[in-house]
Amino acid sequence: MGTTPFIVQFIDLLASLLLLIVFAMLAQRRILSLINLFAWQGALLTLNTAVVAYSTAQHHLYYSAALTLVLKVLLLPWLLHRLIHRLNVRWEVETLINIPTTMLVGIALVIFSFNLAAPISELAEGITRGLIGIALACVLMSLLIMLTRRKAVTQVVAFLSLENSLFFAATSATQGMPLVVEFGIALDVLVATFIFGIFFFQIRETFDSLDITHMEKLKDD
Amino acid sequence: MMPDPETTLAIVFQLTQLLLVVLAAPLLSGWVNQCQAWLQNRSGAGVLQPYRVLHKLFRKDAVIAHNASWLFRITPYIVFGCMWLAAAIIPIIAVDLPFSRAADVIALVGVFALARMFIALAAMDVGTAFGSLGARREMLVSFLAEPALLMVLFTASMISHSTQLPRIVELLAHHEFVLYPSLAFAALAFVIVLLAENARIPVDNPSTHLELTMIHEAMILEYSARHLALIEWASSLKLFAYISIGIALFLPHGIAEVGNWAALPLAFGLLLLKLLLAGAGLALLETVMAKMRIFRAPEFLGTAFLLAVLGLLIHFLLGA
Repeated sequence: MGTTPFIVQFIDLLASLLLLIVFAMLAQRRILSLINLFAWQGALLTLNTAVVAYSTAQHHLYYSAALTLVLKVLLLPWLLHRLIHRLNVRWEVETLINIPTTMLVGIALVIFSFNLAAPISELAEGITRGLIGIALACVLMSLLIMLTRRKAVTQVVAFLSLENSLFFAATSATQGMPLVVEFGIALDVLVATFIFGIFFFQIRETFDSLDITHMEKLKDD
Repeated sequence: MMPDPETTLAIVFQLTQLLLVVLAAPLLSGWVNQCQAWLQNRSGAGVLQPYRVLHKLFRKDAVIAHNASWLFRITPYIVFGCMWLAAAIIPIIAVDLPFSRAADVIALVGVFALARMFIALAAMDVGTAFGSLGARREMLVSFLAEPALLMVLFTASMISHSTQLPRIVELLAHHEFVLYPSLAFAALAFVIVLLAENARIPVDNPSTHLELTMIHEAMILEYSARHLALIEWASSLKLFAYISIGIALFLPHGIAEVGNWAALPLAFGLLLLKLLLAGAGLALLETVMAKMRIFRAPEFLGTAFLLAVLGLLIHFLLGA
C-alpha cells in the first residue's frame, strides 16, 4: 500500500461516495431530499469525470463533465423541483418493502456485483478498473430503488440515477464513450424527463394519484 | 533495582494521560452543552457547569432505596472504573502506552459492554418501572450499536493488519498520507454509533426527564449524590473516550510517541483543537437533528451497521 498515486486514491474516494449517495437514496423517505441527493450525485459524477479526464489526459471527457454539470446538477433537478411543485406532491415516499430490508438487499447486491466485476476488471485497462464493481453496484441499486418504490416521481429519479451510474461505469471501464453518443444520451434523458413530466399529469388526471399500482387496475373485468 | 528509564517514561506518559482524561472529560461535556446553548440562542451555563454539578453532588448525602442490593451500590464504581480504563487504553496523547498493550479494540468494546451490563442490571435492581424500562431500551439500542462499532473497528484493523489500537494509529498517523475510501464509510457509521451510545439526540435526549423518550436518564433515576456524580462523570468519560477513538481512527495526525517530549506540546495543541472541533460538531449535529421515535432507532443503527459493512466491502474491492 502507499504505492498507488494520490489521484487514483481520490478517484476511488469519489466512486465510494457515489455508492454512498445511491445508498442514501435507497434509505430516503422524502421526495425533496431524493431530488437533492440526485443533484449531489450529478455533482460527484462531474468531479469524477473531470478528475479522470485530468489524470488520463483525455480532453473530450472535460466536455462530458461540463455536460453532466449543466444537465444533471442544474437543469434536471430544477425541472424535477418545478414538477413536484406544480404537482403539489410533498408526501413521504411509499416503499413496497420496508427500508431496512431494502438496505439489506442493497448490501447483498453490492457483494454480488463486486464479485461479478472482479474478473471483468482484470480484463479492463487503465487506472480506474477497480471501479467497475462500484459502478455495477450503483446500477443494480438504482434498479432496486425503481422496483421498490410506488410513486412515479421516485421511479423517474431512480431512472435518472441509473443513467448516472451507467455513465459512471462507462467513464471508469472504457475511459468514456465517444462524445456524439454522450450528447445523444444527454438529449434523450432531457427529453425523457419532459415526457415523464407530461405523463405525471396524465396519470394524476386519470387516477387522482401518482401511485402507479393503480395502473394495474386498467383491465376490464 | 531501578527499572529502565524507557519504561519509567512510558508510565509517566500513561499517568499523565489518565489524569488529563479524568480531569478534562467534564470540560468536554460542558463545551458540548455550551455550543448547543449558543446554537439555540441561549446564553448557556458555561463550560465549567459539569464541575459545579459534580461538586454539588459529591457534597450531598446519598439516598438509597430500601430494597437496593449490593449490585446497586457498586455499579457506579464499576462503571466509572470501566470508562477510566477504556480511556487509558486509547492512544490519546501518545501511542504505545504501556496500558494499551493490555487490550485490543475488541476488548475495548468488551469494557464498554461490561459497564453497560452493570448499569442495566442496577437499573432493574430497585424494581421501579422506569428503571427496567430504561434498561430494556438501553439494551435494545446497544445490541444494535455494538456490532456496528465492531465493524468500524474491523475496517480500521483490516487496513493496518492489527487489532491493537496503537498499531492502527501508528500506521494511519506516521506513514505517508493515504486516502482510504473505506474509512469514510466507517467514519459515518462511527458518528451514528457515537450518537446512540452516548445517549445523544436522535436516539436519546440527555437533557430531559420525559418518561416517554428517556433511555439513559431512566436507568439512573434512582441514583443520588456521590453515586450519581460518579455515573455522570463516567458518562463524560465515555463521551471523551468515544471522541478519542474517533480521533484515533480517522484523524490521528500529530499524535506524539512515547518519550518524545518535543512533540508533546504540538500533540497537546492538536488534540485540544480536534476535541474542540469534535465537540462543536456534535453540538451542531444534535441541534439540526430531531429526536426520533424509539422504534426508528433500530433503523438508524441498522444504517450504521450497513455503512460499516459497506466500508469493509470497499476495502476488499479497492484494497484501500
